[in-house]
Amino acid sequence: MEDMQLAFGEAARLIVGLDRELVAIVALSLQVSLSAVSIAIVIGLPIGAVIAVSRFPGRQMVIALLNGFMGLPPVVVGLLIYLLLSRAGPLGEFGLLFTPAAMVIAQAVLIIPIAAALSRQVIEDAWREYEEQLRSLGASLFSSALTLLWDTRFSLVTVVLAGFGRAAAEVGAVMIVGGNIDGVTRVMTTAIALETSKGDLPLALGLGIILMGLVLAVNAGAYLIKEMAQRRYG
Amino acid sequence: MLPLILEDVSFAVNGRTIIDRISVEIVAGPRTVILGPNGAGKSVLMRLCHGLLNPTAGVIAWRGPTKGGRRQAMVFQRPVMLRRSALANIVYGLRLAGISRTESELRARDVLEVVGLAALADRPARVLSGGEQQRLALSRAWALGPEVLFLDEPTASLDPGAARDIENIISAIHASGTKIIMTTHNLGQARRLGDEILFLYGGRLVERAPVGRFFAAPASAEAAQFIKGELPWQ
Amino acid sequence: MAIMRRLATTIVVMVAALSVSAGWAADRFITVSSTTSTENSGLFKHILPLFQKKTGIQVRVVAQGTGQALDMGKRGDADVVFVHDKAKELPLVKQGWFIGRHDVMYNDFVLVGPKADPAKAAGGKDIIEAFRKIAAAKAPFASRGDRSGTHSAELRLWKAAAIDPTSGKGSWYRETGSGMGATLNTAAAMNAYALTDRGTWLPFKNRGDLGIVVEGDKRLFNQYGIMLVNPAKHPNVKRELGQAFIDWVISPEGQKAIADYKIGNDQLFFPNARK
Repeated sequence: MEDMQLAFGEAARLIVGLDRELVAIVALSLQVSLSAVSIAIVIGLPIGAVIAVSRFPGRQMVIALLNGFMGLPPVVVGLLIYLLLSRAGPLGEFGLLFTPAAMVIAQAVLIIPIAAALSRQVIEDAWREYEEQLRSLGASLFSSALTLLWDTRFSLVTVVLAGFGRAAAEVGAVMIVGGNIDGVTRVMTTAIALETSKGDLPLALGLGIILMGLVLAVNAGAYLIKEMAQRRYG
Repeated sequence: MLPLILEDVSFAVNGRTIIDRISVEIVAGPRTVILGPNGAGKSVLMRLCHGLLNPTAGVIAWRGPTKGGRRQAMVFQRPVMLRRSALANIVYGLRLAGISRTESELRARDVLEVVGLAALADRPARVLSGGEQQRLALSRAWALGPEVLFLDEPTASLDPGAARDIENIISAIHASGTKIIMTTHNLGQARRLGDEILFLYGGRLVERAPVGRFFAAPASAEAAQFIKGELPWQ
Repeated sequence: MAIMRRLATTIVVMVAALSVSAGWAADRFITVSSTTSTENSGLFKHILPLFQKKTGIQVRVVAQGTGQALDMGKRGDADVVFVHDKAKELPLVKQGWFIGRHDVMYNDFVLVGPKADPAKAAGGKDIIEAFRKIAAAKAPFASRGDRSGTHSAELRLWKAAAIDPTSGKGSWYRETGSGMGATLNTAAAMNAYALTDRGTWLPFKNRGDLGIVVEGDKRLFNQYGIMLVNPAKHPNVKRELGQAFIDWVISPEGQKAIADYKIGNDQLFFPNARK
């Protein structure tokens, strides 16, 4: 496919030339998605851990809901957050619409369920092994949840990477709440959408190749760190 | 905390009776060995006494004065170690009991020294051998200075050499003033480590006697058969 | 453990940098809602830096369909609206949603279609006639279908031709519900006719087999207007900064900047502001 060849050419040209706009777009994409992932870690992982170790009426339904929210359509989340942050909406006075902060919020909403649902599974599996011993030592449920979060940290890296992948790949939410403003809220995915709509398919594809390379690099890096640490700590 | 009183304690699951109306008083001092074939209910009885399970009928009560802190500890057939160093595993239990970090580390190193694991203090606990991990589990329990130490088939998964190490440590713990309540299906071990025998069969406490008399002149038919190795599995 | 700490620090630094950058960018800027056709033409990339250099005001353009752009103004999420649907803009000014409307520039629409020209619509200067031929031949036509300025213009032309294209919805009349670029992509892939503004067409690279079929009809005139969101309706509107932008756009300097924007040798927009 001739377009593919052109695409690789475009990608190479942009990378080698360290195109200023490209660097800015890549930096913003990473900032937004990594910030969203950080929020998801802080909020989602403890939620998953606490659900994993506790027993309460309606627990099964909560788990089903959590799993279901992993599939939240990004464009719907974007729309809801847009309505919240719009001047006409309840949180309008904060002026967050069309800023990177709004994009971070939208992506965080998307990946918190992923972090919670997947960590819930990981920790519930571990709880089966650890429950009696931790209870014997007198650990409270909350303390056990935190202990297991740390103990399953290597499996949780994969969970976090899943969240990052979802955040870095989505376009629907950040397009709506960010507005794809040149130099302010343009990220890789929205730039690709823009170039596609301008008919510049090789450039769009080239950007896509760079985006995939980025995500793969992050994944590879995290995986290597995890492997090294795992070898040292068992 | 001792004496531990069980009054007509039963435990049933899904209609199946696992512990059948056991009444017994366990006092401080002698090493109590709960002996019986597999399926007799020994592990369940241990967990009921330790508080990991609640009886479906009857009362379990500690009638003695409570001196505060973690007064019971339990060692399981398979040791459960956290993904951290051997030393950190012991410190974990102590910190849960409210001991300061410095004090915890001192106590942990002391006990590791006594059981001969000092050289492995900084090794990740989960890469230690089965025997070493069980020694570590005993250390973790011992460091807490419990009034009662429960042990559920502590050497069943170990080779004879490692098992002998564990038995020696158990004796040392008893010598330091901790009440030992232990289950086993191993006659030789019961003879070596027990001062009194509680013989369980079919969820019932069939016989209770000092170790010498139990093995020389068992009062019940089931005990006599078990000693001869002729008791059927359940 | 050290690696974990380093990773955590990096994340914290990045998040902090994000908040800082969100902060400092908040100094002097306005939000302008405009259309994808204007954005895709590249006009803003040409003229906005000139305005920012002169005044220090950053112009943030959110590009969408005209309908959405006007809605955004009504909601107060923008300070200035810059679209090309005078028929829709004027009533909204009358209702008090916007103030200070000015004509800015015009370009024209063109009808593009496959070189094979199944409807034999090509060559003439009569757009209504061309539309009639397309409907009669039931030739594929890609419509934006998204309440944009272009879409409104297209619907007006169908009306003038006394044709209801929605009778062919799903067969020859395809509503993409998307921006101009996406619609052109679809038209190129389907070998369909489409009405597009020249500003999007000239820089458009994925033409496939399409070419200009009809142009130059007076009825293809496309007027762009700019207006301020009424601060009386939305107190948060940046009145002075927004007005500064409007004043510059209709000033001789701004108008020249617009006229200077070319792709190759072709001028895309023709300034026609009157003071």
